[in-house]
Amino acid sequence: MLKIHQLHKSYPIGDSSLHVLKGIDLSVKEGEMVAIMGSSGSGKSTLLNIIGMLDEADEGEYILDGLPIKDLTEKKAAVYRNKFLGFIFQSFNLINYKTALENVALPLYYQGMKRAERQELAMFHLEKVGLTDWAKHLPKELSGGQNQRVAIARALAANPKLLLADEPTGALDTKTSYEIMAFIQQLNDEGKTILMVTHEEDIANMCKRIVRLRDGIIMEDTKVTQVRAEQYV
Amino acid sequence: MFDLDLWREIFQSINKNKTRALLSGFTVAFAIMLFTILFGIANGLENTFEKFFIRRAENAINIRFGTTSKPYKGLQIGRQIQPTSADLIYLKKEFGDNIEYISSKISRGYQVKYKKQKGGYTISGVSPDYQYIEKAEIEDGRFISLKDIYTKDKVCVIGRLVEEDLFLKESAMGKYIDLEGVQYKVVGVYSDGGGDSQERVIYAPYTTIQRLYLGNDDIGNISLTYNPNLSVDQALALVKDMTVKLKNKFDIAPNDQRGIRIGDGVLNAKKRLDNISSGLGALIPIIGFGTLIAGILGISNIMIFIVKERTKEIGIRKALGASPKSIVSIILLESILITAITGYIGLLIGVGILKAVGSSLERYFITNPSVNSSILLTATIVLIIAGAIAGFLPAKRASKIKPIIALRDG
Ligand SMILES: Nc1ncnc2c1ncn2[C@@H]1O[C@H](COP(=O)(O)OP(=O)(O)OP(=O)(O)O)[C@@H](O)[C@H]1O
Ligand SMILES: [Mg+2]
Repeated sequence: MLKIHQLHKSYPIGDSSLHVLKGIDLSVKEGEMVAIMGSSGSGKSTLLNIIGMLDEADEGEYILDGLPIKDLTEKKAAVYRNKFLGFIFQSFNLINYKTALENVALPLYYQGMKRAERQELAMFHLEKVGLTDWAKHLPKELSGGQNQRVAIARALAANPKLLLADEPTGALDTKTSYEIMAFIQQLNDEGKTILMVTHEEDIANMCKRIVRLRDGIIMEDTKVTQVRAEQYV
Repeated sequence: MFDLDLWREIFQSINKNKTRALLSGFTVAFAIMLFTILFGIANGLENTFEKFFIRRAENAINIRFGTTSKPYKGLQIGRQIQPTSADLIYLKKEFGDNIEYISSKISRGYQVKYKKQKGGYTISGVSPDYQYIEKAEIEDGRFISLKDIYTKDKVCVIGRLVEEDLFLKESAMGKYIDLEGVQYKVVGVYSDGGGDSQERVIYAPYTTIQRLYLGNDDIGNISLTYNPNLSVDQALALVKDMTVKLKNKFDIAPNDQRGIRIGDGVLNAKKRLDNISSGLGALIPIIGFGTLIAGILGISNIMIFIVKERTKEIGIRKALGASPKSIVSIILLESILITAITGYIGLLIGVGILKAVGSSLERYFITNPSVNSSILLTATIVLIIAGAIAGFLPAKRASKIKPIIALRDG
C-alpha cells in the first residue's frame, strides 16, 4: 500500500531549522490498521500529513500504491488526494455553513459526480454512521461524536484506499471515542487500510500494529492483538 | 461552460456569509453610486450648454448688411449695402461644402387679419433652407418649398402662436390670411423650441416678397449654417474669410465695421463654453475613474480579508481534492458576483438620487442630470471586469494556500 524510505523533514524556525523527521522507514500493507504513537512534538502529525500529501518531505522516498510521490503539481496532488485518501481530523474540519449531507457530498463534487448521484451516495454513507436523521443539520447543531461521524462519512464517501486519522478521538469522551473506534474497526474489517495518530494506549490497542516515534525516528514497531471496541459500547 | 454546481457553491457561500458579502458590497455600491452621480452631473452641465443653442441650429450664423462708415475706393460714406439673390449663389459657390444651408431673410412687420382677429406680426421672406436654420418643426402641412420660390405664390407658413391668436380653435390649414390687403394661403404651421416670439413669425417665399413689395432682387439679410463637422475654430476662420471676401465684393473698406457684419458672437460664446465643458469633460472621467479604482481596491482588500478568513475552509476543500482552478473559480466568481450585484445597486441608487434632486439643480447650471442606457451597459461590463480584477489576486493567493498550513489547528 505505501512504502517510506529514509524520510526527512525540517521546519525553518527563524534562522535555524527544526529537524522533525530524521529518517523514517515504514511500509504498510493493504488492510492494515496502524496506530502511530509518541510524545507531543515527536512528529506524528508531520508524518501523517506527508503520507496524506498535505505536506512534502525534504528528503527520502515515498511510494503510495505504486506511485512515487515527489514534486507533484497542485493539480495532480488534488487528484490523488481525492482518489486515494480520506482524512479524519481531531477537530473534524467540517465546513461550518454546510449541512452534514453537503459536507459528506463535497469530495464527490470534486470527483465530478452529478448532484443527484452524490446526494444519494452521501446519504448512504450518513446512514452507515447512523446519522440519517441529522442529514440536514449544520455542524454546530451536532455533538462532537456526531460531527466526527460526519467526518468519517465524508472520508469514506470518495471510497479512498487509505484512511488517515489524526487523533480522531482526541476531542471526544471515552464512551464516544469507543463508538468511533468501533466504526473505524468495522471499516478495517471491510478491507480499508487505516493509519491513525493517537495519544491513548487503549485506542492504540484497538489497532493491529503500533508504531512509536521518538526524536524523529521510529523507535518501536510492533504487531498487537486487536481489542474490539464494540464490547465497550 | 455554465457550471450549475459551481454557482450553487458560490450562492451558498454568499448566502451563508451575508455580513461579509454586505461589507464588501458596500464599498462597491458606494463607489458606483458616486460614479453615477458624477456622470449624471457632467451630463447635466452638457445639457445646459446645449440649451443655449436650441433656439437655432447651433451652427447658424447671420450676415447683416448695413451702411458703410468709411469711404473707400472713391465711394462715399453712408452707402447702403444691398445683396441680391446672386450673392446667395456666389456664397454657395465660393464656400461649397462649408455651407450647409443658406437662406435670404427679408423681414418686415405687417398688420395681419383673419376674420375678426388681427395683430402685428413679422413676415420673413425666406428660402426653403430656412426651416433647418431656424429649427422650425412642421406641425401641419409643409414649409416653403422650392416650387413656391419659382412660382412666387402668395403662400405662407405660420407659427403655432399665430394660429392660436388668429384662428382661435380653428385649423389654419388652407385658409387665407390678410396681409395689409393681400391674401396669403396658409400651407403650413410650425412650432419652434426657441420661445414664444419665435412662434409669432410668418414665413413666405422671399421671391413673393420681392415681387409684391420690393420690385427688385434685394434679399435683405442672409442666414446660413456652416458645415456641422467644422470645429469652432474652423468656423471662426470661415466667418473671417467670408467677411473679407464679401467686403471685397461690395467694395467696403477692410476696417469698416458697419457695412457687413457676420454674427460670430454665438461662435465666441460657444468657444468659451466648449473650453469649459472640455475641461469638465476631462476632469469628470478622471474623478470617475478614481472612484472606480478606489472601489476595486476596496473590494480587493476585502476579498483578501475574506480569503484569510476562509483559509481553513480552503484547506479542507483542498484536502478533499479541490483543484487550484476550482478554488480560483470560487473566489473569483464570488468577487464578480458581489461586485456586479452591489455595483448595480449603487448604480440604481445613484440614478435614483439624480432623479430625486435633478430638477432642483437648475440654478447651478445643471439641466436634467441623468445617465443613459449605453452608459449603464458600459458600467455593468466595467463592474464585471472590476470584480474580476479585484478578485484575481486574492483568488490566486487562495489557490496557493498549502492545505497543511490551512488545517493546522487554531
Ligand atoms: N509548520 C511548522 N513550522 C514550524 N514548526 C513546526 C511546524 N509544524 C510542526 N512544527 C513543529 O514540529 C514538531 C513536530 O510537530 P508535530 O505536529 O508533527 O508533532 P506531533 O507529534 O503531532 O505532536 P502532538 O502530539 O502535540 O500533536 C513540533 O515541535 C512542532 O512545533
Ligand atoms: Mg499532532
